[in-house]
Amino acid sequence: MDLDITGARILISIPEFGGFMLTETVVVTWGVMLVLILAVRFMTKNLEVHPTKKRQIIAEYLVGAVQNLVGSNMGEKYTQTWYLPFIGAMFALSAGCSLSSLVGCYAPTSDLSTVLSWALLVFVLITYTKIRTNGILGYLKSYTDPIFIMTPFNIIGEIATPISMAFRHFGNIASGSVITALIYGGLSALSGLVLGLLPGALGDTLSHIPIFAAGIPAVLSLYFDFFSSVLQAFIFCMLTMMYIAGAADPGE
Amino acid sequence: MDTTILAKAIVCGCSALGAGVSMIGGLGPGIGEGYAVGKALESMARQPEMKGTLTTTMFMGCAVAETTGLYSLIIALLLLFVNPFVGLF
Repeated sequence: MDLDITGARILISIPEFGGFMLTETVVVTWGVMLVLILAVRFMTKNLEVHPTKKRQIIAEYLVGAVQNLVGSNMGEKYTQTWYLPFIGAMFALSAGCSLSSLVGCYAPTSDLSTVLSWALLVFVLITYTKIRTNGILGYLKSYTDPIFIMTPFNIIGEIATPISMAFRHFGNIASGSVITALIYGGLSALSGLVLGLLPGALGDTLSHIPIFAAGIPAVLSLYFDFFSSVLQAFIFCMLTMMYIAGAADPGE
Repeated sequence: MDTTILAKAIVCGCSALGAGVSMIGGLGPGIGEGYAVGKALESMARQPEMKGTLTTTMFMGCAVAETTGLYSLIIALLLLFVNPFVGLF
């Protein structure tokens, strides 16, 4: 039984640039970004006031869906701000990166670096919103809430936000790929073992073809690669919206 | 006998055991999520018109409840694939 469970492979390593390493994560992420940009360029080409083309109707539907999501979770006034494109882009990139495992690429979201950087971006956004709402003094004062003894716990709680967001996304996608690989390897080994019992040349030939590995992993892949990917992208965006809406709330 | 090999063997074995034990942490989120989904189903049966909101909220709650289980999963993955203790010997 040969199993291949690795992190992102390093494609190019340039020691001259301070140990710069080009990993699969970066390449696939840029590929997903390129695909998304091309898709958006294609859908918004030659826009008309009264849409007649299919691609413009799809584009308007997608924008409307994001507007509806942001409006119902953060409040209607946020649909006119730059939070809307941020949430939409975050959802598209997260779902695209996770779904890239469907075409056999390494999913960039099963690398902790990718999701941790997104979570840090969201953390910066939350802190910016808090400071803009309460002022820098009000922001610092919120750490001593309700009494100053709670300051260390408030700081831990603040740091836990991006870490839990990153670990949630990373854990879901990475565990899916690990479980799929384990089951695939196990089924291949099982079919080799069982079909090897057949006598003669027939058994020799058949035991090298992982027959049992067809079917079951496809169903699992539907859950882990498709459902879980879209769900995690959705949850990441939902949490982002809830944290930002909470930060923009001036409180008592 | 070479003590370095023995030490490494003990570290590897104990890491695998630790990875397995840490996944006991998967119990909690399983119970919690099952409870949340059951309650959501009850509410949906009572008020079918709230189905959309309830489903969204249920998935959100499940995702947040899952976090502790994922922490133990990450510890298990660390122990299995990027073991920090093997390098000590």
